[in-house]
Amino acid sequence: MRGFIDQIFVNAKQQILSLVAGAPDWLGQIVSSLLNITALLVVFLTLFALASVWERKILARIQNRLGPNRVGPFGLLQPAADGIKMLIKEDIVPARADKVVHFLAPILIAATAVLALGVIPYGRNMTPFAIDGGILFFFAVGSTTEVSVFMAGWGSNNKFSMLGAMRAIAQMVSYELPLIITVLPVVMVVGSLTPDAIVAAQGGYSFGVLPHWFVFTPWGAVAFILFFVSGLVESNRTPFDVPEGESEIVAGHMTEYSGFKYATFFLAEYFGMFAVSGMAITLFLGGWHAPLPFLEFVPSYAWFFAKLGVLIFVFIWIRGTLPRIRVDQVMNFAWKFMLPMAFACVIAAALWHYQGRRWAGALWSLGWLVLVYMALTRFLDAGRKFAPRTYRYAE
Amino acid sequence: MSSVAFIVIAILTLAAALAAATLPKLIHAALCFALSFVGVAAFYFLLGAEFVGLVQIFVYVGAVAVLIVFTILLTRHDVEKDHGFNWSGVAVTLAVFAGLIWAVLKSGNLAPTAAPVAPLTVKQIGELLMTDYVWPLQCVGVLLTAALIGALVLVLEEKR
Repeated sequence: MRGFIDQIFVNAKQQILSLVAGAPDWLGQIVSSLLNITALLVVFLTLFALASVWERKILARIQNRLGPNRVGPFGLLQPAADGIKMLIKEDIVPARADKVVHFLAPILIAATAVLALGVIPYGRNMTPFAIDGGILFFFAVGSTTEVSVFMAGWGSNNKFSMLGAMRAIAQMVSYELPLIITVLPVVMVVGSLTPDAIVAAQGGYSFGVLPHWFVFTPWGAVAFILFFVSGLVESNRTPFDVPEGESEIVAGHMTEYSGFKYATFFLAEYFGMFAVSGMAITLFLGGWHAPLPFLEFVPSYAWFFAKLGVLIFVFIWIRGTLPRIRVDQVMNFAWKFMLPMAFACVIAAALWHYQGRRWAGALWSLGWLVLVYMALTRFLDAGRKFAPRTYRYAE
Repeated sequence: MSSVAFIVIAILTLAAALAAATLPKLIHAALCFALSFVGVAAFYFLLGAEFVGLVQIFVYVGAVAVLIVFTILLTRHDVEKDHGFNWSGVAVTLAVFAGLIWAVLKSGNLAPTAAPVAPLTVKQIGELLMTDYVWPLQCVGVLLTAALIGALVLVLEEKR
């Protein structure tokens, strides 16, 4: 029974595939891919609708308001109302815009966001697109987002759009380094680039309670935090949303988009958030494994989506709590703190491995990480004068 | 199946490359160039060279295309001058093409019944890089680090 519910979606897919069993090989492949893509889109579009209303609710609570509660029970039908509003809005394209590039940018950004979701294992035997270098695929696809952001900024032919695109590309290129380097320790320890192998390596429990998730090792904890912060930047979320800082540059690269095209950007932002959270879960939070042995009767995909919900909540929580960081501070933080810490994580993982992957290894890597952290915080602040800011032209 | 895919990808890649060479606006050319990079990556996937294909997207679409685009951004020219037809480009293209044709014809091992090679996995590539090819890898690493530091030094000079 447990296995049945756990594998219900896998078996359903096999049933549908057996309908075309007599057909040539390529038809089976196409049907299989189409099924995967349909499932992926249905699940994540629903999740997008839910997350958008959830975000507004939580932000409202943080700001001591009630949030949307008029459409449907608890305001749950709000996304439907938003969707209809977006669809019937006039689609305005600036007269001097580069029409083709302006049109293609939202399509491209949403397409790459969906592709990145494909390689994440959502449950036991539930990876839509299981390839050998899945981790590499995820980041390769993610790195093409910059091109679409640039297309949006350039195609609009607007100063604010251009400034926003430049800021976005600058910060995305900078944070891609720590994002990818924090993945290295996990890949080194597991010895594989396949997401399924990484999840499989995190199965099992110490003393019957502590799961073997990488976040519970010193290097894993630090790498997870670095990965999450870089993920915040890559999905352009507060406090790193300078590319669309509405107090300075209207809406950045999305300034000239209206109606459904704007909604597509919104969708891509959420899909990016899901993808980064899903990758963080796969790499550090044990994928679809249950947190405690006696909870293993709950289906694997339920655990994955529960963890996804928690991470999305943290995303929203941070957005409701922290103010926006200044553009130069964002860049300095990436190159002077995140990158050295990410490299330190690689060495910490090596120490952990060569000291026998147990308490001694944990202590060694913890000591090394604390040392690097102390050194960085000590020397980065050296010689910095903290004085009230002087304004030259804005007095 | 794979021959159909080959033809489709080949047409797309060549069309994108042609567009990159002929489009009047620099930015359109750069974007088409990126598209042809994706086409080449698709070829690698078709040949079973998954790692090379992914690295192609990573390096060429994610980094080189962004670099080109960023360069255009920072050196923006609003005037679109017609430079006329560039005959030296044709000469270079013909020379490269002739060289390639010559090399292809010279290599004897083009029999269509060549024994199929098992596709390399990422793990095998990693092991080879860390054992047989560790010195070339280290040299490349040193070279790239030098380039990085050089770029920083150039920026520092400007600031002073």
